[in-house]
Amino acid sequence: MLKDLFRKQKKYATIPTEATKNQVPEGIMQKCPTCGTILLSKEVEKNEKVCKVCGYHFMMTAPERIQSLVDDGRFFEYDSDLISVDPLQFPDYQKKIKQDMEKTDLKEAIITGEGTMDGYPVILGVMDPRFRMGSMGSVVGEKIARAAERAVQKRFPFILFSASGGARMQEGALSLMQMAKTSAALQKMNQNQVLFVSILTNPTTGGVSASFSSLGDINIAEPGALIGFAGRRVIEQTVRQKLPDDFQTSEFLLKHGQLDLVVPRLELRDTLVKILELHTIRG
Amino acid sequence: MSNYLPFEKPILELRQKIDELKAFTTEKDIDFSSEIDTLEAKAKHLETKIYGNLTTWQKVQIARHASRPTSVHYIQEIFQDFIELHGDRHYGDDSAIIGGIGKLNGIPVTVIAQERGKDTKDKIARNFGLPHPEGYRKALRLMQQANKFGRPIITFIDTQGAHPGIEAEERGQSEAIARNLREMAGFEVPIICVVTGEGGSGGALGIGVGNRLLMLEHAYYSVISPEGAAAILWRDASKAQEAAEALKITAQDLQKLGIVDEIISEPKGGAHRNSQLMAQTIEHILCKHLTSLLPLSQSELVEDRYQKFSKIGQFSSTAVFEGSR
Repeated sequence: MLKDLFRKQKKYATIPTEATKNQVPEGIMQKCPTCGTILLSKEVEKNEKVCKVCGYHFMMTAPERIQSLVDDGRFFEYDSDLISVDPLQFPDYQKKIKQDMEKTDLKEAIITGEGTMDGYPVILGVMDPRFRMGSMGSVVGEKIARAAERAVQKRFPFILFSASGGARMQEGALSLMQMAKTSAALQKMNQNQVLFVSILTNPTTGGVSASFSSLGDINIAEPGALIGFAGRRVIEQTVRQKLPDDFQTSEFLLKHGQLDLVVPRLELRDTLVKILELHTIRG
Repeated sequence: MSNYLPFEKPILELRQKIDELKAFTTEKDIDFSSEIDTLEAKAKHLETKIYGNLTTWQKVQIARHASRPTSVHYIQEIFQDFIELHGDRHYGDDSAIIGGIGKLNGIPVTVIAQERGKDTKDKIARNFGLPHPEGYRKALRLMQQANKFGRPIITFIDTQGAHPGIEAEERGQSEAIARNLREMAGFEVPIICVVTGEGGSGGALGIGVGNRLLMLEHAYYSVISPEGAAAILWRDASKAQEAAEALKITAQDLQKLGIVDEIISEPKGGAHRNSQLMAQTIEHILCKHLTSLLPLSQSELVEDRYQKFSKIGQFSSTAVFEGSR
């Protein structure tokens, strides 16, 4: 970590939204998977990727999410140099990483950095489910831990958007230990009374749900997100009974007291700004 | 001899032959002692060869062995004046996790242990060692108590994983594990964790954030079960053996990855061959590590644990002067 102090950091840069927009594979039109309405892709994007008819939340990429949150799209990215290695020489892992890098134009499954929201400085972490299903390996764990450490140093709130299938199998026990590493870094934030807000988006499961994403001072989910510890199929095999329709959704978790809020994406930024403001004023 | 695993068959056959010869010697009064000596030497050689070169899958079989000693045995053998304490104070008492206080070599400690159960009835009562949220919350309550009274914490990990079920999800299995990870990182007392059998993913880690992580020689610790990985990778759970190799889950693998601090040797053939000796070895090594941690101050203990986990992970950098930290 000490090395970071001496490393020359890049200046503020704007995330290339144009490039991302051009990548939308659906083309001009897309169909809402819930209500079946055919929607203009441009309209969907203008509406923060929410279906105008039924409110279905389409997947948001990490660059899109950051753009939708920070003031003037200005974002200073942390640790963008970190890339995965193949510590276990796991079958096909390197190939898959390379494919995902090309497909997404990302280096890993999370982007971390800082910006402001309505003038309030924040540290943001945003996972991208297109990259290895947003799974957490050594790089994801390291970036989250470093972001939390910076949050403590700078006393900036840390807002982390989860979208992940869990720990990354291809890095074995190293991935598992990232659960402990990230949680330990959040304990430092906790002890230093720095705000951590966890936003759970579709999907947040397994080792990610069982570590940092459940540890927010405030835990917020987007509507209709899949959130849970064990996979649905594993549970079905174990309990041999039909699972409730809303099982492991945001709404299910809210009902069972596992979340503070479920907030639609179009209201999310305002809610976050309110929370930031409430944590800035000291009585 | 159900106690023997398939790969142990050559040893078993040789041992049976030796027993026959011994019986012959006593019954018929014929001296076979030189033949017996030869076979004994051969058996020893074979044991060294087989047990010294176990494959990952063979180790998994030993870790899952029906006669492998469980936490109840170790608690009885290692700790004096142990008192079991029950319940999470919110929902219930999960017997898949045992918690309590006792003495290790005269020093009061809190013990947290996953217990898979002995016979069928006990196994069902303990849900085969698969904890529910209330188990993790009981563990948390008792560890907070340990922290309050300055007692070191010893945990024994032996589970296939946290219970996958409707109620477990409703009561927040994720949150229960996550909270333990965070809180264990902050306790100002020594924490030593021992993987004695199976270390099943987040369910194992939920009581596994310590200053020291020790593993028995044939235990394994994995992010996903070999069967689960095989199902995902090759859509075929029967390829678990290959998945086990690929996942690098043995104590020896984890030591190389910088996760495990010390491997605790097992009696030849596994802990179940001499459970008494196994308990003595564990006790000896626990005492050694506790002695090295006791002089540390409260903040040093927290920092020591933080450093242990912040070092775990391998990656590279596209920047010129950056490596792994």
